[in-house]
Amino acid sequence: MNAVIEVDGVTRRYRSTTALDAVSVRFEKDVIHGLLGRNGAGKTTLMSMITAQEWPSSGGVRVFGQHPHENEQVLPRICFVREEQQYIDDARASHAFAAAAMAFPRWDQEFAEQLAADFKVPEKTRIKKMSRGQRSAVGVIIGLASRAEVTFFDEPYMGLDAVARQLFYDRLLADYAEHPRTIVLSSHLIDEIAHLIEHVVLLDEGRVVLDEPVEQLRDRAVTLVGRADAVGELTAGRTVLQHEAMGRTARTTVLGGLDDGERRRAGELDLDLLPVSLQQLVVHLTSKAEQHGQSGQREQHERNA
Amino acid sequence: MDEGRALFVQIAEQVEASVLDGTLEEGERAPSTNELAAFHRINPATAAKGINLLVDRGILVKRRGLGMFVADGAREVLRAERRRQFADHHIAPMLAEAGVLGLDVETVVELIRARGVPGRGAG
Repeated sequence: MNAVIEVDGVTRRYRSTTALDAVSVRFEKDVIHGLLGRNGAGKTTLMSMITAQEWPSSGGVRVFGQHPHENEQVLPRICFVREEQQYIDDARASHAFAAAAMAFPRWDQEFAEQLAADFKVPEKTRIKKMSRGQRSAVGVIIGLASRAEVTFFDEPYMGLDAVARQLFYDRLLADYAEHPRTIVLSSHLIDEIAHLIEHVVLLDEGRVVLDEPVEQLRDRAVTLVGRADAVGELTAGRTVLQHEAMGRTARTTVLGGLDDGERRRAGELDLDLLPVSLQQLVVHLTSKAEQHGQSGQREQHERNA
Repeated sequence: MDEGRALFVQIAEQVEASVLDGTLEEGERAPSTNELAAFHRINPATAAKGINLLVDRGILVKRRGLGMFVADGAREVLRAERRRQFADHHIAPMLAEAGVLGLDVETVVELIRARGVPGRGAG
């Protein structure tokens, strides 16, 4: 594999809070990544660091093998679409596109205009006066049409309805297929992007708790449903993420996959084995820390270290 | 899509199903990675993995510069494979359900006969 972004031991402190705590992570070339985590987990701070909009308190960031800060070799190749992007006061969409055309060498004006029509972005309205959804669409269009080698979308969907979001996913996949590049999608709508991403990075309280191909997550956890005693037999000694019981029936989600012997046994015991969705796994891995406080997080961190 | 099996396996199975029922004929061009990705709204890498599974098994063949094509004899390979799996995939669950309901094997056989045998008319 070939990392275009290398983050090594990056810590970022603000007065009393630590937004990122010794984060080390790599983003591979031409892969669509999901950057997930709860509000305040450090996602935006990490993206700001990589795109040279903030400095780490300690640790290092390299993009295309170079330091990104004030680096004209690097910055035109990175596009960062923020949740609430600020535009110049009187700017219309066409002005924002013109500015993007200057900033990004691979900008595709025709594609931008096509997208503006698809998303029904008004031509004559100032961006400031647009609805939230229309403003978000302007950001999404710049992210797509810039064709930057590394593109970050930080919750770009605010105000976009389900139809517009689907349009974004479809255009993103189609354009990525034609022009492969490194994409990092940050989103709370995990179910919507689960099939779009190839690799997931999950942050919790400034730390990386998950960093692996989506395909491998299937072995991360499993849910067993059936008679409580039978479920108990196979889940004994495992880390239980969630457990519900109703009469003699139980549903238990545990960390780790089942080996062939255990699968056979589950069959004999007439248990249903359900895979855990990315959304469920994220909820389990990030709410656990809350239940168990600091020590729980540390355990989590060590397990993943 | 069903979450039970890995997504790329499901993609491969859908292409297989098209070959089995003749929607995709032998020698015909199979959907490309990008077509599958766009149609199923999934990452192209996942679609590629599904395609590779079929190439490894000789169901699809790559023709340089032209794309993926359904291999000669692919349909028969798939039919033979599905026949081998038929008992495990279809008969075993049916008998398990029959057991729960207290239906004996004779009754199940009667029920199958009453449905008629596929390919020979329903009688």
